[in-house]
Amino acid sequence: MKTDTIAAVATGLTDSGIGVIRISGEDSFQVIQKIFRKKNGSGVKLDRSHTVQYGFIYDGEQKLDEVLVLVMKGPHSYTGEDTVEIDCHGGVLMMRRILETVLHSGARAAEPGEFTKRAFLNGRIDLSQAEAVIDVINAKNEYALKSSVAQLGGSISRKIKNLREDILYEIAYIESALDDPEHISLDGYGNILKGRISVMIEKIRKMLDSADYGRIVSEGVRTVIVGKPNVGKSSLMNMLLGEDRAIVTEIAGTTRDTLEEQVRFGDISLNVIDTAGIHDTEDAVEKIGVSRAKDALNKADLVLYVADASSSLDDDDREIMKMLRGRRAVVLLNKSDLEIKTDIDTLKKESDLEGQRIILISAKEETGFDTLKATVKEMFYNEKIDFNDEIMITNLRHKEALNDSLKSLQMVMQSIENGFPEDFYSIDLMDAYTSLGNIIGEAVEDDVVNEIFRRFCTGK
Amino acid sequence: MAVLEESYDIVVVGAGHAGCEAALACARLGLETILFTISVDSIALMPCNPNIGGSSKGHLVRELDALGGEMGKNIDKTFIQSRMLNESKGPAVHSLRAQADKQEYSRQMRKTLENTDHLTIRQAEVSEIVTENICADYENSDSFVCNQKITGVKTVSGAVYHAKAVVLATGTYLRARCIFGDVSNYTGPNGLQAANHLTDSLIAHGIEMFRFKTGTPARVDRRSLDFSKMEEQPGDPEITPFSFSTDPDSIQKEQVSCWLTYTNEKTHEIIRQNFDRSPLFSGVIEGTGPRYCPSIEDKVVKFPDKERHQIFVEPEGLYTNEMYLSGMSSSLPEDVQHAMYKTVPGLEHVKIVRNAYAIEYDCINSIQLRPTLEFKKIEGLFSGGQFNGSSGYEEAAVQGFMAGVNAAMKVLGRAPYVLDRSQAYIGVLIDDLVTKENHEPYRMMTSRAEYRLLLRQDNADLRLRSIGHDIGLVSDEEYERTLRKEKKIEDEIFRLEHTMVGTDSVVQNFLEEHRSTPLKSGISLAELVKRPELNYFMLSDIDGERPDLEKNVTEQVDINIKYDGYIRRQKQQVEQFKKLEKRKLNTNFDYRQIKGLRLEAAQKLNQYHPESIGQASRISGVSPADISVLLVYFEKTKNSEQ
Repeated sequence: MKTDTIAAVATGLTDSGIGVIRISGEDSFQVIQKIFRKKNGSGVKLDRSHTVQYGFIYDGEQKLDEVLVLVMKGPHSYTGEDTVEIDCHGGVLMMRRILETVLHSGARAAEPGEFTKRAFLNGRIDLSQAEAVIDVINAKNEYALKSSVAQLGGSISRKIKNLREDILYEIAYIESALDDPEHISLDGYGNILKGRISVMIEKIRKMLDSADYGRIVSEGVRTVIVGKPNVGKSSLMNMLLGEDRAIVTEIAGTTRDTLEEQVRFGDISLNVIDTAGIHDTEDAVEKIGVSRAKDALNKADLVLYVADASSSLDDDDREIMKMLRGRRAVVLLNKSDLEIKTDIDTLKKESDLEGQRIILISAKEETGFDTLKATVKEMFYNEKIDFNDEIMITNLRHKEALNDSLKSLQMVMQSIENGFPEDFYSIDLMDAYTSLGNIIGEAVEDDVVNEIFRRFCTGK
Repeated sequence: MAVLEESYDIVVVGAGHAGCEAALACARLGLETILFTISVDSIALMPCNPNIGGSSKGHLVRELDALGGEMGKNIDKTFIQSRMLNESKGPAVHSLRAQADKQEYSRQMRKTLENTDHLTIRQAEVSEIVTENICADYENSDSFVCNQKITGVKTVSGAVYHAKAVVLATGTYLRARCIFGDVSNYTGPNGLQAANHLTDSLIAHGIEMFRFKTGTPARVDRRSLDFSKMEEQPGDPEITPFSFSTDPDSIQKEQVSCWLTYTNEKTHEIIRQNFDRSPLFSGVIEGTGPRYCPSIEDKVVKFPDKERHQIFVEPEGLYTNEMYLSGMSSSLPEDVQHAMYKTVPGLEHVKIVRNAYAIEYDCINSIQLRPTLEFKKIEGLFSGGQFNGSSGYEEAAVQGFMAGVNAAMKVLGRAPYVLDRSQAYIGVLIDDLVTKENHEPYRMMTSRAEYRLLLRQDNADLRLRSIGHDIGLVSDEEYERTLRKEKKIEDEIFRLEHTMVGTDSVVQNFLEEHRSTPLKSGISLAELVKRPELNYFMLSDIDGERPDLEKNVTEQVDINIKYDGYIRRQKQQVEQFKKLEKRKLNTNFDYRQIKGLRLEAAQKLNQYHPESIGQASRISGVSPADISVLLVYFEKTKNSEQ
């Protein structure tokens, strides 16, 4: 049996008073140690089982919620495994945030009925109970299917189906050419596929964005400023704040070394996060290191990358720009008031910032700010209108599956760029196809073979 | 009435590609084996295409050879052209294909059979299987079931051959009917006598039969063709043998060419005008044909937008002027065939030697078989080849081999051999046949193999030699050769991983020359092999201590290092897959007794009686939720037994 660690919201995702998130499996305690701290900064005490401990859940440095944590050592728990329950404040958004953090810290999302199944397998419940459990598993599967269909009914479900069809077509094309190389040629196919895959990637990104949208609306756009020392990050921050000083606030409850400043751009508010403290960022890259910068980037909805227009790009710049790949980012070429050594064209040429927005600014002269504002509004406001046509991806498992398919498609792009042979593309395409199938409850079966025969004329 | 009566360990019915492998495997394992054929002159006949191998089929031949089969050796002796297909693609889909001299192929196989100890060849039509009944209780259930056990076969003349196991490999001969236009002949391929009695006996023993159909194009006189209007398709300059036992140097020889031409709008027009005269469309043919090898009329209907279809003109052998028109199989009437072939460039004056025809035949619903290819309901009865609903010489041969081996294991009281989907294409083929609903002749395809990056034709010996040796069909000497090769590969990979090169000018110049990023610091040679623009062979320039190794070793070194990332990912997938595969199920279990299992799933599981949870999960109609239920149930009963 699998003995990995699973987690789920145990109370149902509704806006109730208290929500319980349950984690079970070998690594449960490691997971909670990563994300829980008491008021005095210490972690969970594990010396005794069945204890209730008071403290806070953190996502990295960000405090999420005040919680009670219940620690139960196996085999004396419901599942018979090491188990942790987090009692948090109800509210769908908060429960999802905490679950997401748990999932990022080493657990995977539980299947319907999986806790009960484990309880049964570990001998915690008897056969008559188990038979009831089997009914529950079935019912839950039915329910999951129905609810996912209901939830996805409408445009997203259609979009996923269309995407799968597109992917399947490509797999079948490659496979038929491999099976029948004398009848079907793959010459020049890599480039064609690249174009098609980037369209698919874009579509999946949009769906993923919709998953984050709810949070963006209620909490603001998580924004991170990155750049080398002395490129003018602090000046930019001051410029942003200067626009509307009245609503600059230090969000209460955050730790002293993390500042989150809120800037309002019309309907949208930006939570500008600076992990190292706003007045001490000049040597941020060196100080927090590439890994911390990456970490901050990973959690951001928007990255503002500041580069110095008055000096040439160096390896550090390129390193940072690599990290921007595939993220929503705006590149700000600062110090445009000085003699320009790096202009927009050079930047485009020297980097791989396909599709990223680049703006020339001067924090000193306070120019370019309106363009930035308009750009950010466009990035989020336009997409907001998109979201209104669609039902949001709210299910975390769906989001995970979307993320998996995105990764697989990116691997395909990588294989094409590295000049790998075509049969490798279909391996990752198949993974993407399967991940998407998990969302709408469709298994793979013999799709590829059927598609080959349907679409392509092969054989003697 | 007195009848002839004889006893053997094993009876094999049919001497096509499946039957030959089955009989050879059994006899070589020391069992007294009798091989029945309708015509001794037609042993290992190639009634359709004149080649062995091709995409994924080449893999099957290689695997068969690694296990100790004969097909690879036989084609190495008799090929007249050889090509490695897909060489520009990844190593997993490289595929060897050889044109055979058909008559020579058949003759060589017959020679091998005739010179194998313990093997008797008999020309006769087997008309009945003979069984006895064995009854038993269903485990954990009040149901009561009777199973049959094979005791031998009877021929049309009434002769009885007692046997401990029987392998059926009747190919396309059961109640065979050949059709073109409104002509239908009740014969097997090439006008050979059909076997019209055995089907009734099988049905009487409770075996479910299907009727399948396949087809073959016309054979034409080489002298009537104009090759100047076709493209020449020569063989590879360096010939790769099929068999791991064949010395590559020993088979380099002069080859004959194939030729490529195309159909055109005129061809399609003639076909369209005569649709109504095709037995396929008029309903005369009832059997289900394959989708992958459609007749030319099928192609024209299904792909109306395609302006032309490729036709490969292939020699049937060195002994004859007959040429095979690959891509133009048909069952249209004779006059239409003449008219349509003559529209093809180079075929304007074509003289047809044999008409194209479709053939219908009886085969079984293969889900009645265990993964060992033994009938679930009749102990000791095994089957292989087109009789099982597959198509193709190679698919037939590997099944015949596995059926023969497992029949032999049964008689010898040894454990059966089942290859799983992660071990071999053979495993994929047989698992598909016994687990999935199959309504057309089944052809192997690379896309059917989930782990194809591991199941390459180049490493079939590394994957399967030890199993062949274990079975007893690979000699110690052959096996040790594979072990030595394995060791050399390991050593060389280790050396490359531990040989560092620095940033000296030789290295940097080399990298620059190959447009590869220069080094900032030292790096292992293995890391350099992984770079897309480099490979193992190129690195010899900067690898001073490279030992002198055979091509079949260096090729493995390059592939294993270069595709390491993907290979590792597939290995992880295989581990996941094996978890469920290892959980064996009782094949006498009544699934209706599991409460909570959906009725449809219980019925399907009772119909298939899968051997493992893994196999159960691949049955259509059994959902992941059903599998959870099974896991829970069996885990619980296991716990309560302890």
